[in-house]
Amino acid sequence: MTGRREPVTAAGAWNTLVRGFKLSPELRRGLGVTLLLAMIATGGKVVVPVALQVTFDRGLLTPAGVQPDVIIRYCLAAVAVLAGAAVAGYFMNRRLVEATETALSNLRVRTFRHIHDLSQAHHDAEHRGSLVSRVTADVDTISRFMQWGGILLVVNLGQLVLATAVMAVYSWQLTLVVVVTIAPLVAVLRWFQQRLSVAYDLVRARVGDMLTAVSESVMGAAVIRAYGIEDRTNRRVRTTVDRYFEAQYRAGRLSAFMFSSGEVFAAVALAAALALGVVLGTGGQVTEGQLVAFMFLITLFVGPVQVATEVLDQAQTAIAGWRRVLDVLDTPADVADPALRADGGRDIPPGPLGVRFEGVRFAYPVRGRPHERGPAVLRDVSVTIAPQSRVAVVGETGSGKSTFAKLLTRLADPTQGTIRLNGAALSDVRFDSLRERVIMVPQDDVLFDTTILGNARLARADLSREQAQLAFTELGLRDWLDALPEGLDTPVGERGEHLSVGERQLVALARAYVANPDLLVLDEATSAVDPATEVRLQRALEGLTRGRTALAIAHRLSTAEAADEVLVFDQGRLVQRGHHRDLVARPGVYRDLHASWSARQTAPAQVGAQAHVAR
Amino acid sequence: MAATTTRPADRAGIVRRGFRVLGMGIRLQPRSFAVAVGGAALYGAMTVASAVVLGRVTDGVIVAAFAAGEVPRAALAAGSAAIVGVAVAKALGIILRRTGATYMQARLEALFRRRVTEQYQRLPLAWHQRRSTGSLLSNANADVESMWWPIAPLPFALGVLVMLAITGAALVTTDLALTGVALLVGPALGVLNWRYNRRIKGPATRAQQLRADVSGVAHESFDAALVVKTLGRERAETARFRRESERLRDELVQMGRIRALYEPLLDALPHAGVLLIVVVGSWRVATGALSAGELVTFAYLFTLLAFPLRLFGFLLSELPRAVVGWDRVRTVLDADEALPDGEGGIDGDHPARVDVLSLAFTYPAQGRAPAGRGLRDVTFSAAPGRTIALVGATGAGKSTVANLLVRLADPDAGTVAIDRRDVRGVARAALAQHVGVVFQQSFLFDASVRDNVTLGEPYDDDAVAAALRLAQAWDFVSALPEGLDTVVGERGTSLSGGQRQRLALARALVRRPRLLILDDATSSVDAAVEAAILRGLQEAALPSTVVVIAYRRATIALADEIVFIADGAVRARGSHEHLLAAEPAYARLVSAHDSRAEP
Repeated sequence: MTGRREPVTAAGAWNTLVRGFKLSPELRRGLGVTLLLAMIATGGKVVVPVALQVTFDRGLLTPAGVQPDVIIRYCLAAVAVLAGAAVAGYFMNRRLVEATETALSNLRVRTFRHIHDLSQAHHDAEHRGSLVSRVTADVDTISRFMQWGGILLVVNLGQLVLATAVMAVYSWQLTLVVVVTIAPLVAVLRWFQQRLSVAYDLVRARVGDMLTAVSESVMGAAVIRAYGIEDRTNRRVRTTVDRYFEAQYRAGRLSAFMFSSGEVFAAVALAAALALGVVLGTGGQVTEGQLVAFMFLITLFVGPVQVATEVLDQAQTAIAGWRRVLDVLDTPADVADPALRADGGRDIPPGPLGVRFEGVRFAYPVRGRPHERGPAVLRDVSVTIAPQSRVAVVGETGSGKSTFAKLLTRLADPTQGTIRLNGAALSDVRFDSLRERVIMVPQDDVLFDTTILGNARLARADLSREQAQLAFTELGLRDWLDALPEGLDTPVGERGEHLSVGERQLVALARAYVANPDLLVLDEATSAVDPATEVRLQRALEGLTRGRTALAIAHRLSTAEAADEVLVFDQGRLVQRGHHRDLVARPGVYRDLHASWSARQTAPAQVGAQAHVAR
Repeated sequence: MAATTTRPADRAGIVRRGFRVLGMGIRLQPRSFAVAVGGAALYGAMTVASAVVLGRVTDGVIVAAFAAGEVPRAALAAGSAAIVGVAVAKALGIILRRTGATYMQARLEALFRRRVTEQYQRLPLAWHQRRSTGSLLSNANADVESMWWPIAPLPFALGVLVMLAITGAALVTTDLALTGVALLVGPALGVLNWRYNRRIKGPATRAQQLRADVSGVAHESFDAALVVKTLGRERAETARFRRESERLRDELVQMGRIRALYEPLLDALPHAGVLLIVVVGSWRVATGALSAGELVTFAYLFTLLAFPLRLFGFLLSELPRAVVGWDRVRTVLDADEALPDGEGGIDGDHPARVDVLSLAFTYPAQGRAPAGRGLRDVTFSAAPGRTIALVGATGAGKSTVANLLVRLADPDAGTVAIDRRDVRGVARAALAQHVGVVFQQSFLFDASVRDNVTLGEPYDDDAVAAALRLAQAWDFVSALPEGLDTVVGERGTSLSGGQRQRLALARALVRRPRLLILDDATSSVDAAVEAAILRGLQEAALPSTVVVIAYRRATIALADEIVFIADGAVRARGSHEHLLAAEPAYARLVSAHDSRAEP
């Protein structure tokens, strides 16, 4: 969480609060009653000094001596007020917690859904961690603030106001002395607070450094041992541990001084009030009881000042968190579900799927400036793909072939032109219909942390074990499945990490198979997988694409060779199309690509042979 | 959660063990503890003193002034000075207490973090493989933190004891009736507070767990955002997230309700106590047993004591956390697995000879990962300067052999010998010096390119550059913004998988190892680049014997001899052509790849 403490201006904070409350009506509902209860609860805080004053003046130090019945009466009244305040406090706390937690849970869920509608999540891996903190850490900060800081702030500010009011009723001169004496404390606390937030930022940064170093020492365990650099690793870790310690100690020392300052200010205020009070008292302007009550009220006055400075700082953090959440919600979804429109969108007409691109152009939005577009990565693409044909899309990195697939599966919308599936404009097709008919299998498919069966069921919730088994059998993957320790019930681990990359793709293919789409879009894996898995992948693909329209982003020569048609992309344009044997026969981008491919595949073998001979 | 389910007897045990942890902290940091306790005692004494001063001032200044009708200058000056003086001493007490306690806590945390992380380096790889990075991180960070969490308020609590003792003595010597009131309210407050801490503990722990669950679902779901989108699972995922989020909300509301009940009570009780003191005290003043000032003193003390008293409840309720933290930390510190270091050297500058004899190795079953994928019987030799390829299907045991060659683990049976010396008898430093290994998963440190290659050894830039050239990494490294000084790794500039692998390769090559082990080390590298790397290795005349594990035919073709491993045993050995002809399983495995690569 670097940059946690962006400066929050008063106006910015206010705007965030207004927008936040607007978005969460649960927060506003019954807020008036809650605040009223808070005021009553605060009353409990000043009741004791007032009771003391009354007891002293009218029951204890009267000319007629001690008046026990008067004292008991006043004290009973005070106890009644205390009880009332406690009851009000109970209801205030309850109402506040129920309202805020409901509001925040809904905000969390809403933000979660919105993030899934944003393309950021899948465009940009390094962004994901921070998106997670939008629905976790940031909302937690608001929650924590509402539950602790928010209540404290309300109660303490109330206490401050009430204490001041009571003091002013007793004597405005004494109140003035107290306020003037304690006012500098606010400045002192602010000063400390600012340094303290810097100190705590440093602590957080140091924790981060330490965690990086420790995780390196753990994740790199094999390298560290194989290269014998344990001592060096220990030194590195120790340095970060010690620097973390220094930052912690520094912040702790600072807060120690900060916390002690209130005591001194309170005492000076007390001494000043005492001196003036005695002078005023001998002149008959304050009573003994009032003066005694003052000594208690000063404590009630200093406490809130200290708490408020601390809580205001916490509030800054919470508001910053809230703003980050709202910013996500304010980012428009790249692609909206037509089902949410007034006309409800439409379904893809039934039957085998044909695809048409009509003058399609695409440019990515500029990062941080969502309304601007960068250079076009795809231009003037017009092409028709026949139903049930197998198409390979080829081209160098950056040629636009991945973007082509992205537009076809509506992970983004073209900036110009139209894409049609069986004649229906893609932008009118309801997501339900689209996701049922069109399935994409990404390069490294991330699996969910459940079993193989559980992952297959993501595509079809009512899939039975038998159906799942049948799917694996039909794809020729039964031997692989049976070799797993628990078959269908084998846990795949976090992100599928118990399986190899190739095996993860096998599960993804099976999943696509049970989804039974009419159009399959496949992004081939680039990294080498072991030969046995490679064969299985090939076999499974064969079965999967049979009878469907299939489009593969090909990284391998063989895929293009086996395809009914090859689409060749170069610098954002569709430059060639046709069958492999025709394309390879005439000069052009494809023939060049093919030549360099072939060279790469055969060259190493020759090198090996030469080396052999050389020895 | 444990705290709510344990029986009273266990709880007593846990408190006792908690105090033992605190005792250990005191023994390790006696000086800062003494400072903190001294500060706390000073604070406690001065808190009582401030109430006494207030009482004296009431009697000697306020009541006297009002009675006499004039300002008692000397008494007023003395009273004011006393008020300010006591406050300054109290502030000093706070500073000493807090500074001492922070120092003590942070120092202890640092000490145990060092112990834990150093132990990580001492323990063998097998120990690491049985644990997740997350749990090891939390041992070093969160567990150490909870272990020493209750040590910071400890001095304060001891200071409060001082305060209570002085107050008790003052009460007893001043007035027994007020003592009675204190004995009534004090314990009531203690019990109420203790119950509060106990009741909130369960929901608080559960909420913490649920927070982690919510975060887990978000992580998984966003990681798989593309899958979610392409399978149209947004609604189902949102429903799943909502379930977790609402469970968290319910728990937080539950917590809030408990707090709503206890907080106002805990607030009101001391106030009620003060009122009781006023009533009883007034009666005592009327009978002449007490002065008005003494009444003020005790009323004031009560308001001051209310918060510190709550500290005990907090300390007691946090002790189990210290115990849980300590238990987790101890599993690391007490682990005694080790690969004993050998003593011998394997000096020389010629390519090494490798003899592997009847290796057997079993992975212990653990967690949800399948057990047993290991070696049954592996024997092969590599003459100095030869290149051996280990070929086999996934899970056949090739990487296990690589790990045993560099002694990341010891075999259950059989031997690995380098230059005819059993590696178990060779000093680890010597082994690291002469054997270079590049793993399947290339690991880079969050450091500069240079650092990642040299790993702190004094290789000059020419040597580093040469190694990078050989690994076909020089072109992209020299194009990096700061060349060799560019910081890479987790948080640095993003390198592709292939680039990372090439840096890891350079790391091995710069050492000019006598034995080089490449465990699928170029899988993410482009086929053309891989060819260049292999060509370079052939031409560089390194003083190396090479053991290579790979899938690509081109890599296999580099080898002088192929060892075909299946089901943890050597199935066949020989040249590629020989195996193709003689071993159908080998032919199937390799030609499967061939048919796609070379149509």
